[in-house]
Amino acid sequence: MRLPAPNALVGGTLIGFLAIVASVSALWTPYDPLRLSFRAKLAAPSAMHWLGTDEFGRDVLSRLMAGAATSVWISLLTVALAVSLGTVIGLFSGYVRGWVDRTIMAFNDALLAFPGILLALGLLAVVGANKYGIILALGIAYAPSVARIVRGTVLSLREREFISASRVMGNSEAFTMLRHILPNCIAPLTVLATSMFGWVLLAESSLSFLGLGVPPPAPTWGNMLAGSRPYIGQAVWLGIFPGLCISLTLLGINLLGDALRDKLDPRMRGAR
Amino acid sequence: MLRFALTRILMSVPTLLIVSVAVFGLIRLIPGDPASLMLGDLATPASIADLQARLGLDQSVPVQFGIWFGNLLKGDLGQSINSQQAVLPLILQRFWISAQIVLVAVALASLVAVPAGVLAAWKQDTSLDLSLVAVATLLLSIPTFWLGLLLLLFFGLKLEWLPVVGYVSIAENPLAGILYLVMPIMTLFLHEIGVILRMARASTLEVLRLDYITHARAKGLTESAVLWNHAFKNAFGPTWTLIGLVLGNLLGGIAVVETVFTIPGLGRLLVDSIFARDYPVIQGCMLFVAFTYVLVNLVIDLCYPIFDPRVTAQ
Repeated sequence: MRLPAPNALVGGTLIGFLAIVASVSALWTPYDPLRLSFRAKLAAPSAMHWLGTDEFGRDVLSRLMAGAATSVWISLLTVALAVSLGTVIGLFSGYVRGWVDRTIMAFNDALLAFPGILLALGLLAVVGANKYGIILALGIAYAPSVARIVRGTVLSLREREFISASRVMGNSEAFTMLRHILPNCIAPLTVLATSMFGWVLLAESSLSFLGLGVPPPAPTWGNMLAGSRPYIGQAVWLGIFPGLCISLTLLGINLLGDALRDKLDPRMRGAR
Repeated sequence: MLRFALTRILMSVPTLLIVSVAVFGLIRLIPGDPASLMLGDLATPASIADLQARLGLDQSVPVQFGIWFGNLLKGDLGQSINSQQAVLPLILQRFWISAQIVLVAVALASLVAVPAGVLAAWKQDTSLDLSLVAVATLLLSIPTFWLGLLLLLFFGLKLEWLPVVGYVSIAENPLAGILYLVMPIMTLFLHEIGVILRMARASTLEVLRLDYITHARAKGLTESAVLWNHAFKNAFGPTWTLIGLVLGNLLGGIAVVETVFTIPGLGRLLVDSIFARDYPVIQGCMLFVAFTYVLVNLVIDLCYPIFDPRVTAQ
């Protein structure tokens, strides 16, 4: 058996570790991530508190673990929402074709003209800044890129022989779409969903950092970093560890995404 | 060439139009009367009625959009609820601050990352290539708000070389103004090096595999002539497009960096307006950034034939 590529190995390890920490934190954290302790305010990392405590004496390690669970859940739900929404739109648009398709895609592409997290910020202003608001806003904001890929795949496939064959066999148009076209969208969607998990996690942390995400006291890596700013001179660890968590997660996703693209994108075959 | 330019310019008109519809629709999704929303809590019944008439709220939605879009074309984006200032001048004043940071950072990052990416592709699979890609992937993975915080911690608090947070206009005090901008620019610069280097490397790799490169080598040209005279021009196209996207994305996401360094830029204006429910400003910022993004990409595309004249032939 061939060993997996080094980027897949490192990326997989980082993301696997994240998944374990996020699951464990649902059952156990060293301390209650929300419990205040004014005696242990801004304590440096020690045997008692491995990663120190924050300005309210809350254990940083416990908060990071709980934050991992929050971030992973929000990101997974958001990606699921964006992929389902985008797939439905893309399949429908590629299926009906004609002016309906052109109208949907014109609107879709215009939504892609909102750069970065701008569209999500605008949607948050409408739906309200909280956990569900973030999922809804980011899910809608990232759906257009999914719709575009699915529609492209549908259009490129629907003139192929095996699709005509399915029609000739008397299968309904809807059955053909779901049974034969949709499975062919899975490879490009996997690559996209992997990168998207990273974008969403970054967007969620950014929004939490801005104070537009999950509201305190619930810990997220983003709002922990935001909360660390006034104390960063005296309690460096508050600003270091949450950022390290975000960066390592994103590094894992980027490496995993590269490995997946090398494997699934035929254009890149032989490039390495 | 002229045909290419005209087609490309005309193509962006529907996008701008639909972006306007989307932003118009977005604020209308909020439950409640748009006029009361636009005026905030302190509005009097008389001023609400006045604005309702001006927005044409008693007429059909397409007519309302027409009135709104007409005002937009005149540069009238309404009035801020909080400061009572006209929205467009407010945005322009903040935009200039953000734009200088973004432009300088992306220009510097391109100057470093494009040659580095080409070099990595040329030395593919050597330790030089692997380390360049590793550094780029690492830089790419560090969120700007944390990178900014680290720089602030190191250069601001530990070494005390640079002022920690705040903003001084360069026009008022050139030296202090530049010093305050060094860290925000450095933050974006480091982050974008990662993005641009990887793209420059990937597109160079794709070109280096083509037959005309083999031909150029077979002619006996030196490696540097092959690389810079033959490969680079064709390989730079995708990177050039990416630089346009990066500029727009930074403008859309600069709020976090502005928050780290307490800079009163456009991103901060948008976020503060979301907190304050200052809907005219939210609407104005979204429109302004989306329009800027479309225009930047238009300009980027119009410059594309300089590197790769083939696009004008289609």
